[in-house]
Amino acid sequence: MSDLRELYQQTIIDHNRKPRNFHPMPNADHHAKGHNPLCGDRLELYLKIDGQRITDASFTGAGCAISTASASMMTEALKGRTLDEAKAIYQKFHTLLTTPLHEPVTIDGLDKLEVFSGVREFPVRVKCATLAWHTFEAAVKDDQHEAKTE
Amino acid sequence: MTQAITGKSIRKPSPPWTSADVRTDFPILTSTDRPVAYLDNAATSQKPDAVIAATARYYKSMNANIHRGVYRLSVEATEAYESARAKIAAFIGAPHPREVIFTRGCTEAINLVAMTWGLQNLKAGSTIVLTQMEHHSNIVPWQMVAARTGARIVVTPVSPQGELDLAAYERLVADGAALVAVTHISNVLGTINPVAELAQIAHRHGALILLDGAQSVAHMPVNIAELGCDFFAFSGHKMCGPTGIGALWARGDLLDAMPPYQGGGDMISTVSFEGSTWNIVPHKFEAGTPDIAGAIGLSAAVDYLSRLEMARIAAVEADLLASAEKALRTIPGLRIIGEARQKASVISFLLDGIHPHDIGTILDQEHVAVRTGHHCCQPLMDYYHIPATARASLAFYNTPADIDALVSGLHRVIEVFR
Repeated sequence: MSDLRELYQQTIIDHNRKPRNFHPMPNADHHAKGHNPLCGDRLELYLKIDGQRITDASFTGAGCAISTASASMMTEALKGRTLDEAKAIYQKFHTLLTTPLHEPVTIDGLDKLEVFSGVREFPVRVKCATLAWHTFEAAVKDDQHEAKTE
Repeated sequence: MTQAITGKSIRKPSPPWTSADVRTDFPILTSTDRPVAYLDNAATSQKPDAVIAATARYYKSMNANIHRGVYRLSVEATEAYESARAKIAAFIGAPHPREVIFTRGCTEAINLVAMTWGLQNLKAGSTIVLTQMEHHSNIVPWQMVAARTGARIVVTPVSPQGELDLAAYERLVADGAALVAVTHISNVLGTINPVAELAQIAHRHGALILLDGAQSVAHMPVNIAELGCDFFAFSGHKMCGPTGIGALWARGDLLDAMPPYQGGGDMISTVSFEGSTWNIVPHKFEAGTPDIAGAIGLSAAVDYLSRLEMARIAAVEADLLASAEKALRTIPGLRIIGEARQKASVISFLLDGIHPHDIGTILDQEHVAVRTGHHCCQPLMDYYHIPATARASLAFYNTPADIDALVSGLHRVIEVFR
C-alpha cells in the first residue's frame, strides 16, 4: 500500500485531475506527437522557443495519470528554461526513473519532478512517465515522426 | 501408450462440480506464496497439473522426433502426436483428424490460411469481409494478403451494445465477397457471434468463412459440423494447454487444393534439385519438427476439459459472468463496454476519470490480475472512441472470492484517485 502512495502521490493525482498548460498552441514554433503503443497513450506537445530559451509550453492528449501528470509538470518545468537546462533536467529525470532498484539514487535539482521517484518501483510504468520527455526531445529536433516509447 | 500420456489420473468431480472443486487442479491458483485473483483468462488460461504432467512425461519418457524413426521411442512419440491430432479433431467435432493442422497458435493458423488459400484464391477486386470487433491477428494477415493481391477489405459494423449488424453483413457478403473472417467470441466485448447464421449467409452468396475460435473453444461446446464454417483457428494456451501450440481445422478438399505454407522436412514427398513434391495433408502444412510436447500437452488439456464437460464449463462461467456484472454495476462511475445478448465471461469496463492503466496497476497491488489496454483491437477502441479498457475475463476455476477481490480492488482504485 505504501508503494501505491509512492506512485500515486497527491501532486500526481492533482496534475492528472487538473493538467496545467493543457491546450493546443496554434502559434507554437515547435511541435511533436508522442505515442506509447503499449497502452495507447497519446500526447501532442507545443513549444515556443526564443533563441535558446523556452518561453511557452503546452500539451494535449489522453493518457494515464502518470503520463498526464508527467506532461503537465514537464510543461511547468520547461517554461523559462534554456534548452541546455531543459536537457539537463531530462537527463536527471531519466536517471531517476531508470536506475536499477538495487542501486541508490539521489538526484538534486529536480524539484517537484521528484514526485515521480516512486515510478521506479513499477518498471512497466516508467514509459508512461517518460513519454512526455521523449516527445519534448522530438519537438526540439523538429522530428516530424511520432515519438514512441517502444 | 497414448493412454499413459494423456488423461491418466484426472479426477472427475461428481457433477455438478463448482469452481472451488476444480481450482485445486491448478498449482498456480493454489500457491500460497503468490496469491492472485487471476482474471486475464482471455489472454491465456492457467494450466492444470494433468497438462503440466503430460508435457513432462513426454520429455522424461518418450522424447524422440516423430514420423521418421524406426525405433520404439520415435514410434511412441509419433503415436502420441497423431493421437493428439485425433483427440483434438473429435473435441471440435471435426469429421477427419487429417483436417487438423498443428500450428504455433491461432495467429499462425490464420496466417497459414492467408498465405496459402488467400494468395492462391484472392485477386485484384476480391473482397474479404471482416468485422469491427476483430483481433489484430484476424485483421493484419488479411491486410498483408490484400497488399499482395489487390483484394479489398470491408468491415461489418457493430452496434453500441457490441453486436454485429447482420443486415449490413449480408449486404457486404452479397456484394461478391470471396471470404469472411470473423471472431467466434470477441476478446473485448465477450459477444458470442451467431456464427452458424453468418456461415449460412456466407455460403448462400458463395463466400467461404473462417472463424477465429481463440476465445470460444475453452468456453463453450464447439462443433465444427454444426457451425458450418470452412476454416476454424484456435490456440492451445487459452484452453488450458501449453503455449506455442494451436491448430487450424479446414475442410479437407480445401486443404488438398491449398499450396504448402512453409517448406522443409516432413512436408515433402520427394525432393530433388529439379523440384519437390508435397506430402499429403496434414503433413503438407507441418514443415520441420513440430511442437510435439505441446501437442501432447494440448491433448491432455482436451481430456481435462472433456471430463469437466464443456456444457458444464459454459454454465459455470455464465453464473460467474452474471454475478460479476451485477457486482461491478454497484461501483460508482463504472461502465461496461459490451452488452450483447449472447455473451461469454469477458467484461471490459471503464471507470469515470481513471485511465485503465492506472486501474491495472492498483489492482495488481491488490493481487488482482486484469488486462488493460487496447487488447489488440485498436479498430474496436476507435469505434467506441476510447483509448483502452480494463478487462476482467473469467474462467471456470474463478471463484466468487475472485470477484469479491476485483470489486474491493476497484473501490481501492477509486479511493486512491479521490
